[in-house]
Amino acid sequence: MSTRLGHAPDDAAEAVFRAGLVDAGVLLETGVEGLYGHSAAYQQIVEALDAMVGRWAAELGATAVHFPPVVSRATFDDTNYLQSFPDLMGSVHVFRGDDRAHSELLRRVASGADWQSLLEPAEVVLASASCHPVYPLCTGRLPEGGRLFEIHGWCFRHEPSVDPARQQAFHMHEVVHVGTPESAERHRDQGLERGLAMLGDLGLEMASVAANDPFFGRLGTIMAEGQIEEALKLEGVTPICSVERPTAVMSANCHRDHFGLPFSIETADGSVAHSSCVAFGVDRIALALLHAHGLTPARWPAGVRARLWP
Amino acid sequence: MDDEIRRVLREHGKLPCQVETLDEDADLFEAGLTSHASVNVMLALEEAFDVEFPEPMLRKSTFESIGAIRHALTTLTAAGVPS
Repeated sequence: MSTRLGHAPDDAAEAVFRAGLVDAGVLLETGVEGLYGHSAAYQQIVEALDAMVGRWAAELGATAVHFPPVVSRATFDDTNYLQSFPDLMGSVHVFRGDDRAHSELLRRVASGADWQSLLEPAEVVLASASCHPVYPLCTGRLPEGGRLFEIHGWCFRHEPSVDPARQQAFHMHEVVHVGTPESAERHRDQGLERGLAMLGDLGLEMASVAANDPFFGRLGTIMAEGQIEEALKLEGVTPICSVERPTAVMSANCHRDHFGLPFSIETADGSVAHSSCVAFGVDRIALALLHAHGLTPARWPAGVRARLWP
Repeated sequence: MDDEIRRVLREHGKLPCQVETLDEDADLFEAGLTSHASVNVMLALEEAFDVEFPEPMLRKSTFESIGAIRHALTTLTAAGVPS
């Protein structure tokens, strides 16, 4: 999912939208920018969207898998995420000291000193994308026709913002295909089309654009140029707080052999597997719906409610 | 210089073809160089030739062929750009 789209120079409209959500008790503030609790009504929208994407995934015959919101560090390294977005990832650190180090830890906490430097990296990092754990499942030879997974869960990206559509911890729902170059592109294209239609049916004004991810630093300059030129990743955008700067609420991304190579995945005929994913930013879709139809789902248009709660 | 460029491409370009068979004007992206791999090639070239590509050179076109890479490196080493 792209992360820069929808980012305002002054964030005024985003701040107003957020204030309305907080006042209505839909978003519960935590004291950290971009980190929220959610009301029961919000959670019901999230669950309805998950179920809707789940119905599509079941129709496709996808295998549903579930993973925690942390990923093995080894898997994360192989995803090459650090090359593109080192500034967005989050690493889990733990205490491995002895009694003496524990005393020091408590002294530092009590005096307000830096205690984090006493921690060490754990075997896990926070999930940056839902799909990452499925690639190690595919290592080896794929069956004819490849594999198709449905996976959803919490993701973390460190980008504090007043924009409620840019949460640090958020819910992503993906349908991932691993197969041949042709089948990966086909999954991306069909998924994009279906996703745009599904979200359009919920009363959202959808458009599709080439993704413009916020690749990091000087290497990012080349990555960004390549992404636009190759048009491997497309996004479904909808206006939330701004018509000029619509927000990406879904993406359809062909990775080529980006995961097939490091995870040693082969197609049935022995060549390097390609993959693609169709990802729904569930929180962003929920927020777009709240913005479009109002903060009380019970009063949303009957047609929209029927699709979400059939 | 060309041997070293080809070594870097062999080790970091993840090209689906033999680097030795590539003509110096052959389009590396058409030959299968991805954006991700081109970034690794760039970093390896910087290390191998002790240079740093400045902002205006951070374009795919800088790395589009062995000849283009040689031209960029020649410009940088002639200018004595420090790493």
